[in-house]
Amino acid sequence: MAGPFNTSAPANTCSPVAIAKILGIETEFGIAGGPDQDPITASSIIVNAYAQRGVTHINWDFEGETPNVDARGLADLTAFAPVVETQLANTVLANGARLYVDHAHPEYSSPECRSPLEATRFDSAGEAVMRQAQRVANGSLDPANAITLYKNNSDGKGNSYGCHENYLVERSVDFTDIVRALVPHFISRQIIVGAGKVGAETDHSRAIRPDFQISQRAEFFEEVVGLETTLKRPIINTRDEPHGDAERFRRLHVIIGDANMSQYATAVKLGATALLLAALEDQGLRGFPVMPRDPVRAVRAFATDPSLSTTVECEDGRSLSAWDLQDQLWHVAERYVTASGGGAVAGADEVGFLLTQWRELLDGVRDDPMTVADRVDWVAKRRIVDGYRERYTLAPDDARLHAIDLQYHDLRPDRSLAARVGLRQLFDATAIAEAMLEPPPSTRAYFRGQCVKRFPDQIAAANWDSVVFDVGDGPLQRVPMPDPLRGTASLTAHLFEANSTAIDLLAALGG
Amino acid sequence: MSEQERIQKQRVSRPTESVADVSVDTTKGEQLKADLDDLLDEIDEVLEENAEEFVRNYVQKGGE
Repeated sequence: MAGPFNTSAPANTCSPVAIAKILGIETEFGIAGGPDQDPITASSIIVNAYAQRGVTHINWDFEGETPNVDARGLADLTAFAPVVETQLANTVLANGARLYVDHAHPEYSSPECRSPLEATRFDSAGEAVMRQAQRVANGSLDPANAITLYKNNSDGKGNSYGCHENYLVERSVDFTDIVRALVPHFISRQIIVGAGKVGAETDHSRAIRPDFQISQRAEFFEEVVGLETTLKRPIINTRDEPHGDAERFRRLHVIIGDANMSQYATAVKLGATALLLAALEDQGLRGFPVMPRDPVRAVRAFATDPSLSTTVECEDGRSLSAWDLQDQLWHVAERYVTASGGGAVAGADEVGFLLTQWRELLDGVRDDPMTVADRVDWVAKRRIVDGYRERYTLAPDDARLHAIDLQYHDLRPDRSLAARVGLRQLFDATAIAEAMLEPPPSTRAYFRGQCVKRFPDQIAAANWDSVVFDVGDGPLQRVPMPDPLRGTASLTAHLFEANSTAIDLLAALGG
Repeated sequence: MSEQERIQKQRVSRPTESVADVSVDTTKGEQLKADLDDLLDEIDEVLEENAEEFVRNYVQKGGE
């Protein structure tokens, strides 16, 4: 197919200029309740509740019970394309995201975004999608079977599920360099973006008997590099599935993050990692910290020490704390931005904001954690856990403290603790509601979302790198999108304006 | 470096911090404590009544 999706000639694959850091987050939500307490059934109900709400147009009076921003959402939920891929519920949303059942969890995979703040807004939109699905599903379920969703990463009993980040990386960058650059980052960034956890749930971390850990996920990691995501989880995942032109792109699939309730934490998590990848592409390994000798032991040890005083031995013999590693990494990013402007990651204002926030959170957790309790999830959670424990003189493993931990991530508005601890917001409800319905303009997600929104009945399937049309006569027509940077509003908005039917659009693309 | 040592080091490296900052910090500290008390009251209202059962029943299958 011709038109805006041609893979253009690679512009200097050896160029030192970093490629645009297209990025996104996929989150598996914890789920409880549902008929028969079966998580797969409950997850399917959640996905279908969101999708069929719009398809059927029934129960419009339900809108009266919801805030206006959600009414806009309901009014426009007409656009869903099925993805014929698995037996389980699986949809593409009008904002370009994927909403589906993954194993025994409902999962929202955000659309590809052009900057960390944009990806943060679409992550928040995912939360809003899940909240709306939860409300719609429970509107028709027996209250005894009500479904509850949690944006967290473990059940406290040794079972973990993921919040994965994806970053577009230049294929020519050596993978061993990615490992050297990012292992120190992935083991240490938890001190500012960890979501916090009461207690421990794996044998090795339980042996340390921590009252509180700064990360949900850290104790589940067992390897430095590997392909697995569920067993022997690696700090660096080697899955090589670019969802695009494999000659030019790598999609770095990051499985070691916590799902954040704080929008600031999400933004800094994405921003710091994107800046470091861009710095690596631009300047190589210059300035990056040396590797700790035992990264797996280090990531677990850092997690179990909220005082942040733990140090680990590095390959050059020095002992460094997680804070020391983050400090050095921040300077790598700062030098990269000074030298290049950081345009691969975001515009100048946003890059400046991300660097400043990264710095503030870092200094805050060292100097006075309470100053960042409005942005760092583990600090916000620890504040209420410690406060509650002291108020009632509870044992560190009291069920009420575990309940506070769980309810921090609760998506029910009347139960959510994250909604009550005073987290600073980056986006208001209107901006988030818009991101539930409108795709980001600067990636191929724009084309996918617009197709789903405008021609839901003519789309046979869609995935990350193509949209398949069924316009009635003849074979299905696939529109390939191998380049995440094409299919944008600036390249295709005029096509949607000029062509009101799928047939016309395809003709325009083919011509 | 222990937490204690680190705090001392910071104090040494920032000799110019004024007394005024300290008083602001005290006020802020009291404000934070008052805020926390209110927050804990609110948590008492929304926390699941049977915390033990609530926590015990939350069992997930691993994902990813």
